[in-house]
Amino acid sequence: MERSDAELIAAVLQGDIASFEPLVTKYSPRLFATARRYARREDEVEDVVQEIWSKAFQKLSTFRGDAPFEHWLMRMAVRTCYDFLRHHQRNRENTFTELTTEEDDWLERIMSAPEQVSEKSEAAKQLVQKLLAMLSPQARLVIQLLEIEDWTVKEISNLTGWSVPLVKVRAFRARAEMRKCLARVARDKYL
Amino acid sequence: MKLDNLHQKLIAAARAEQPSDRVPYAFEKRIMARISSGSAVDLLGAWSAALWRAAMSCVVVSVVACACVLWSSRHQETDFSREFDTAVFASAGSADEVW
Repeated sequence: MERSDAELIAAVLQGDIASFEPLVTKYSPRLFATARRYARREDEVEDVVQEIWSKAFQKLSTFRGDAPFEHWLMRMAVRTCYDFLRHHQRNRENTFTELTTEEDDWLERIMSAPEQVSEKSEAAKQLVQKLLAMLSPQARLVIQLLEIEDWTVKEISNLTGWSVPLVKVRAFRARAEMRKCLARVARDKYL
Repeated sequence: MKLDNLHQKLIAAARAEQPSDRVPYAFEKRIMARISSGSAVDLLGAWSAALWRAAMSCVVVSVVACACVLWSSRHQETDFSREFDTAVFASAGSADEVW
């Protein structure tokens, strides 16, 4: 019979480290999907997920069980991803490269007939990745959670540990920063 | 306005791209090996944490003891001054009686 998360956690806390493995197996796919939103290279993604599991194991005694384990783990995941973004901030200025021909074409087409342009094209996906890489860690996290993943301000506050007013302020600044980056990318096309 | 359009299109593009949830082969084994090796190292960490806690509680006890000593010595000082006053005035009172 499959043991519940609470039973597995209780066993780990009593010293049965092997009981941690089913938790790792169960939740790793979600953690990998989350980490891949922030880290691009696969070795970086693996490092981030390893870091999340190490922290989860070390801090397991602080899990009170009043919310699902997955929520607690996701909080840790988001904070670890944010730390990853902050540590890699130095490389941020160099991440913007010239637009490829496909990206340039996509921008041309969106300028002439925006309603006919598909956002599912590969060029659009590459362009948005370049744009997100240009943002500061705070702005990137907020845009990712608020606009792309559709979390509410309150949920973001829970995930990040920031207060609700702080999330709102950072969301405002993140949108302004995004707009500035967009203007930089599209300077030749629009301005 | 055009920037808004572009913004919306790019956000839609980001939403449309769901990152893969593929887990590398034997990843959970790697995590368990790391945790198991880490738990041996953690014994040292737990020992040092316990020592720190002990040191902190010693500091708290000594601070409380110092506070108690200061408080009691302050009270003793007031008692001594009162006693001193009484002794001085008592001698003055007895001098009046002599006169």
